[in-house]
Amino acid sequence: MEHYLSLFLKAVFVENLALSFFLGMCTFLAVSKKVKTSLGLGVAVVVVQSITIPVNNLLYNYLLKENALTWAGVQGVDLSFLGLISYIGVIAAMVQILEMILDKFFPPLYNALGIFLPLITVNCAILGGSLFMVERDYNFAESVVFGVGSGVGWALAIAALAGIREKMKYSDVPEGLRGLGITFITVGLMALGFLSFSGIQL
Amino acid sequence: MSLKKTLFDPLFENNPIALQILGICSALAVTTKLESVLVMCLAVIVVTAFSNLSVSLIRNHVPSSIRIIVMMTIIASLVIVTDQILKAFVYDVAKSMSVYIGLIITNCIVMGRAEAYAMKNGPIMALVDGIGNGIGYSVVLIFVGIFRELFGSGKLLGYNIMTPISEGGWYQPNGMALLSPSAFFLIGIFIWILRTVKKDQVESSN
Repeated sequence: MEHYLSLFLKAVFVENLALSFFLGMCTFLAVSKKVKTSLGLGVAVVVVQSITIPVNNLLYNYLLKENALTWAGVQGVDLSFLGLISYIGVIAAMVQILEMILDKFFPPLYNALGIFLPLITVNCAILGGSLFMVERDYNFAESVVFGVGSGVGWALAIAALAGIREKMKYSDVPEGLRGLGITFITVGLMALGFLSFSGIQL
Repeated sequence: MSLKKTLFDPLFENNPIALQILGICSALAVTTKLESVLVMCLAVIVVTAFSNLSVSLIRNHVPSSIRIIVMMTIIASLVIVTDQILKAFVYDVAKSMSVYIGLIITNCIVMGRAEAYAMKNGPIMALVDGIGNGIGYSVVLIFVGIFRELFGSGKLLGYNIMTPISEGGWYQPNGMALLSPSAFFLIGIFIWILRTVKKDQVESSN
């Protein structure tokens, strides 16, 4: 149990997808103008992340890995080069299914997420999460924990950035830095803050 | 637009990273060493150019309702080919870049240019536009890469420029340059310089 807890905390703080691996930066910078929308996007990322990473884990372990097809009676086949295209397919399909389920059963949440849901397909945090899962060779339980943790970490980072940007409206920023420039500097300072977590031994 | 304008506009006039906010993830992550920067730039230029070319060639035959998934498949296949080639010829570099080669698939530059340009223009122009945007991306990456490697470890492309103290030299390496915050600061500064020179790119305060 302790192992999973520390994996979770590590995924949220120490190895924060947005601030230490730079994943999902495009949406991170583009959709962080208001706290409310960024929270919606954050929740969507948590949900998609906690579904796709475990599914991709199963896909990798039972179909793509070297000798993974042994259960089907096929020996010595290594399909791992098909990994990238399969993961992105799974992600696109999952997002589509999730969209339909939400539309049917939870219309308020569906309306709140709006355009962000389809956009998540091309969010590199999602694909990056799956690729890290493969690279670090997580088992199924670990991949569930890692999925939830990394999603929460990303959501936390974007909500915090949106909060800072809302406050920053009142400050007098040099002309050339306005907008994107100062946002980068802010994210840099946030990353510096999150670096202090890296000293924690888990 | 002329060929030349299509090729050189993305460098400073309409830079994909500084102005269009596309493809930032990988721009930050691989820039601790100039060597991996160069490999990454080459990979992105090739993928963007050929995905633009292929999308442009089939643009009149694909119904617009399924165009996204078609583009995704084209891009993913190109990235797989690139990944396999890199693993075959420069295995160490490919290994050190871990997941970021695969993440070219979700690099918004590739998708963004396919959607915004290649769907509306002929194959030759689309190819040139892909190369131009790839180079525009490379300019920022190389800028960041040079600063991070030079100040972080006193080297460029693995050669000692400023010998660090640990090897008997005089330079105290600045560890922060190798960590993530420095990449954000450097791109912020790059945007600042670019927008000070080109006033029309300044965002209006709202």
